[in-house]
Amino acid sequence: MRFSGFKVVKEALTGHRGWKPLWRDPAPQTHYDIIIVGGGGHGLATAYHLAATFGQARIAVLEKGWLGGGNIGRNTTIIRSNYLLPGNEPFYEFSMKLWESMEQALNFNAMVSQRGILNLCHTDAQRDAFRRRGNAMLLAGADAELLDRDGVRAMAPFLNFDNARFPIKGGLLQRRAGTARHDGVAWGYARAADQRGVDILQNCEVTGFRIENGTVKGVETSRGYIGAGKVGVAVAGSSGRVMQMAGMRLPIESHVLQAFVSEGLKPVIPGVITFGAGHFYVSQSDKGGLVFGGDIDGYNSYAQRGNLPVVEDVAEGGMALMPMIGRARLLRMWGGVMDMSMDGSPILDRTDVDGLFFNGGWCYGGFKATPASGYCFAHLLATGRPHETAAAYRLDRFARGHVIDEKGVGAQPNLH
Amino acid sequence: MLIPHPLLGPRDAQEFTYLGDAALLNRPDPASGTAAFCDYVYLRDNPAGTHRELWYHEYGDRSWLLVTRDTLSHEILDVRLAREVKTGGTA
Ligand SMILES: Cc1cc2nc3c(=O)[nH]c(=O)nc-3n(C[C@H](O)[C@H](O)[C@H](O)COP(=O)(O)OP(=O)(O)OC[C@H]3O[C@@H](n4cnc5c(N)ncnc54)[C@H](O)[C@@H]3O)c2cc1C
Repeated sequence: MRFSGFKVVKEALTGHRGWKPLWRDPAPQTHYDIIIVGGGGHGLATAYHLAATFGQARIAVLEKGWLGGGNIGRNTTIIRSNYLLPGNEPFYEFSMKLWESMEQALNFNAMVSQRGILNLCHTDAQRDAFRRRGNAMLLAGADAELLDRDGVRAMAPFLNFDNARFPIKGGLLQRRAGTARHDGVAWGYARAADQRGVDILQNCEVTGFRIENGTVKGVETSRGYIGAGKVGVAVAGSSGRVMQMAGMRLPIESHVLQAFVSEGLKPVIPGVITFGAGHFYVSQSDKGGLVFGGDIDGYNSYAQRGNLPVVEDVAEGGMALMPMIGRARLLRMWGGVMDMSMDGSPILDRTDVDGLFFNGGWCYGGFKATPASGYCFAHLLATGRPHETAAAYRLDRFARGHVIDEKGVGAQPNLH
Repeated sequence: MLIPHPLLGPRDAQEFTYLGDAALLNRPDPASGTAAFCDYVYLRDNPAGTHRELWYHEYGDRSWLLVTRDTLSHEILDVRLAREVKTGGTA
């Protein structure tokens, strides 16, 4: 089944009886060449690229719950490539370029919308740092513009420019950044992977690895043992729990991050806006809800729900930045478990167990990485070598002293 | 979250800053080499369930607390002053 304008009209005229499920619900086979653990955005994108880009076959994605129930369906949907460090920026720009073509490639409307992201600065020093970051972005082939105060005012006149403590001095704008429908991304990759023969097995929790003589042979699951040539783990917030079953300790802590959505309002926020003084960011969904969030709660958690101090902190940030938000009513809020790494950057690497590969440590920023993470993890699984844009994301970088610490805060995940 | 401080009674978690796994109390011997220090600084058990962790009462009496908490439910199971906990071995 292909989606097209013609198909939509045809179905509208014939009572919508021709729509089919987007993917099959196959029974597990006894052996696959490649098993991906975790049916979030990264696992599904990896399976898609293994089949579509790297010509691999006999692939399964094992998901303990349902597709879209993890962070892929919980994030605040921001996509951007406005990083500073050389280990990061080329990777995120590669991802941004993949976002620009993924809907055509998948034949799926993931509502990718390049409405721009504006990072506000409030001091001269912060403006200098933005200028440096903007230059780093340009060097990596991304787009960046430094706006002065009037430039920001023209885009977002409703902001509180003259806050006595944090006046707005300007901003760093990336016009190609924006948002995408988060669970639509999971569905799009799932459907495209399924069409290329990937078995997507839901309600199939991996409960152990079978490892013989240092080589992975397969996985124990809630639906029985499944053999595998290679196993790639992409389970985001559950990374510690799953890799522990392979005897590994990771440079990762799990933390909870919350998100908030207001009632639907008329269009008011032009793109994504981030407050540079506290931690608050906001965009507006196509339905009209203000989508916003702030810091992680800051303590180890697997609870998928946060506490009230962060709610208060986010509300204060919102009121400081755009006082009119005080008139909006909150509709929903939720939490997701983040795989916070020790330097704030991800890990995409082989492990000490032959045939076992790991993808994680995405912190609160892995949604934007979904297409490139899938591409690069598939590259690693298929060729055994890291993709050039992901070559810095090695597990041993901590021991070698080559951490990729955008914020420069050290091995303390709750500060990243 | 309310943290039952051993000296001050129940205090709002907002008065504290969080450091992380209490294994940080067990700094390796300086002679034990970089691999041991790399493990100490970067690797974590990160359990889903009972977790022993360090909280600092920054907006209070400035003591370090060793809190045992369930990371699945956020329930606090035990709190003691870190300075009264013996270091070395398994924290
Ligand atoms: C509130 C919030 C806001 C965010 N905002 C943004 C944002 O604006 N921009 C951005 O770039 N990023 C954002 N993120 C981060 C982003 O959502 C994550 O980094 C990314 O989704 C993680 O990759 P994933 O999609 O593969 O994870 P998930 O969707 O969590 O996939 C992991 C899957 O593994 C499964 N799993 C776990 N254990 C097992 C097992 N034993 N066996 C089988 N399956 C298992 C889980 O059920 C889950 O479905 C946000 C996250 C949250 C929570």
